[in-house]
Amino acid sequence: MLLKLLWRNAFRHKLRTALTILGMCVAILAFGLLRTVIDAWHSGVEAAAADRLVTRNAISLIFNLPLSYHEKIRAVDGVKRVSYGNWFGGIYIDEKNFFANLVVEPRSYFEMYPEYTMDDFQRESFLRDRKGCVVGRKLVRRFGWKLGDPITLKGTIFPGNWEMVIRAIYKGKYDSTDEGVLFFHWEYLNETLKKTSPRRADNVGFYVIEVTHPDRAAQVAGEVDQMFRNSRAETLTETERAFQMGFLSMSEALITAIRLISLVVIFIIMAVVANTMIMSVRERMGEYAVLKTLGFGALFLSILIFGESLVICGLGGGLGILMTFPVADLFRQQVGDYFPTFIVKDVTLLLDAAAAILVGTAAGILPAWRASRVRISEGLRRLG
Amino acid sequence: MEDRTFIVDIQEVSKSYRRGAQVLPVLDRISLGIPEGDFLVLMGPSGSGKSTLLNLIAGLDHVDEGRIRVGDLEISSLSESALASWRAFHVGFIFQFYNLIPVLTAFENVELPLTLSGLSSKERREHVETALRLVRLEDRMDHRPKQLSGGQQQRVAIARAFVTDPTILVADEPTGDLDRGSAEEVLNLLEGLSSDLGKTIIMVTHDPRAAKRARTLKYLDKGVLADAPETALAECL
Repeated sequence: MLLKLLWRNAFRHKLRTALTILGMCVAILAFGLLRTVIDAWHSGVEAAAADRLVTRNAISLIFNLPLSYHEKIRAVDGVKRVSYGNWFGGIYIDEKNFFANLVVEPRSYFEMYPEYTMDDFQRESFLRDRKGCVVGRKLVRRFGWKLGDPITLKGTIFPGNWEMVIRAIYKGKYDSTDEGVLFFHWEYLNETLKKTSPRRADNVGFYVIEVTHPDRAAQVAGEVDQMFRNSRAETLTETERAFQMGFLSMSEALITAIRLISLVVIFIIMAVVANTMIMSVRERMGEYAVLKTLGFGALFLSILIFGESLVICGLGGGLGILMTFPVADLFRQQVGDYFPTFIVKDVTLLLDAAAAILVGTAAGILPAWRASRVRISEGLRRLG
Repeated sequence: MEDRTFIVDIQEVSKSYRRGAQVLPVLDRISLGIPEGDFLVLMGPSGSGKSTLLNLIAGLDHVDEGRIRVGDLEISSLSESALASWRAFHVGFIFQFYNLIPVLTAFENVELPLTLSGLSSKERREHVETALRLVRLEDRMDHRPKQLSGGQQQRVAIARAFVTDPTILVADEPTGDLDRGSAEEVLNLLEGLSSDLGKTIIMVTHDPRAAKRARTLKYLDKGVLADAPETALAECL
């Protein structure tokens, strides 16, 4: 009887209930999408491996390190492999076609990044061709590229037109792997610089170090930095995760704003649902008095009201969660180029569900309190 | 002095309400005994305290002074929650405006108080069908209140009131919102419940036709039991 009553009460004013469910759906959808945007922002951090370190110039990332550090770093106890590269920052046709492009020492780099998977034949083809490049599947889809296509990047940090040929296409091993990066040979850059700007040659933007065991990361980082202390180019070595976090901290204010907006959305819908419940309960105060007259206690009335609120929020929340997937797909198609990955995580869905339950419960508190305190004689008078 | 022969025994009951700083006395040291199976009608002008007395007897409100015993229990000393439990099994209510739950069918409205009784679903069904048969609404079980006439709604309310086999039935102006024909039908039902099933009924009314059915007629004026004016009595005879 209780369930029957609360279910029918929930749909007594169909339009009001439908609009509240719609509002809840939109709020949960917005909450879920905003959370996914935040997750997308953090995906680089999550993709970071525990056994990889990044060494850069201690002053700033924009200053280089000598190539000669390579062998010295390799000799540090606990280092398994070392690779190096530069942020290239090239533009493909137009600035709006932004994507990450890096020059790397390819053999060691791709050994250290097994999450970039590619066909062996393509890999060999790329390694053999100094003007070859590797592109992620997302870029291939975005620009309609195929193997063998020539590409020209307009250099910003390294001026000039940089021509290359697509020799391999990689795909991510994990959902969090960024498939929107272009890699090409560091040797191509360095050989060109030797001819055009010799003073800039034989320098790298960063080293990537793979340690023999993640537990040795702190020791290796300390030893590397100690080795180059008081040198011409002091180093700062940190875990790949900390390195990625450093980039994120630049946009922390924006992420905080998005987080706040997602909470504000939930707060607003909480007020909307509470208002709906208050209106419904006020209209039914006489009926609650009748129920009390018949011997039903405050607990029964509270369950009735909380139940109704939870039914509305549950339906709206459930609908919002279901809608999150197609809307996230649409979102990914429209703005996915700006994020390495855009995946709705299980934890986001759990947060959606928790938010719906929280809203349903909070919205029922005041109406349930009022209904349980209604004086029978006053409530019955409302019916008259 | 308490008399155990009465099913309802009211001793020196007073009640007043507060409106701001003002205290409005409503009942003044009322004493009344109602025998089991009686059909008592309370009459009196508006504001005389009839409904207040009915609410006190039904355990909807607390007395300021005095004692009320219903059956073997002194209800005037019970807490709010104890009164709620007591009402569920000992009092059947009939209101002027029927007060059915609009989203429930006639069957479900009658079943409602039985859900507190611990009866099985099958037992509840049997009780409800019997009650609706008694008020001749067995063919309207699945109708919602909006689909029933005023008289039919009041008959559903009567079925809901006696389905738990309560100690007393209280009715506050049960014919006040009905046409003459429906009112007669409702009064016949109440009279039958009293005479055939031995139910104790306490009814508040302004309607002389309703008062005519009373076995005992009491007149309340300015919070005290008084002799009924000749005109009121004449209308009832």
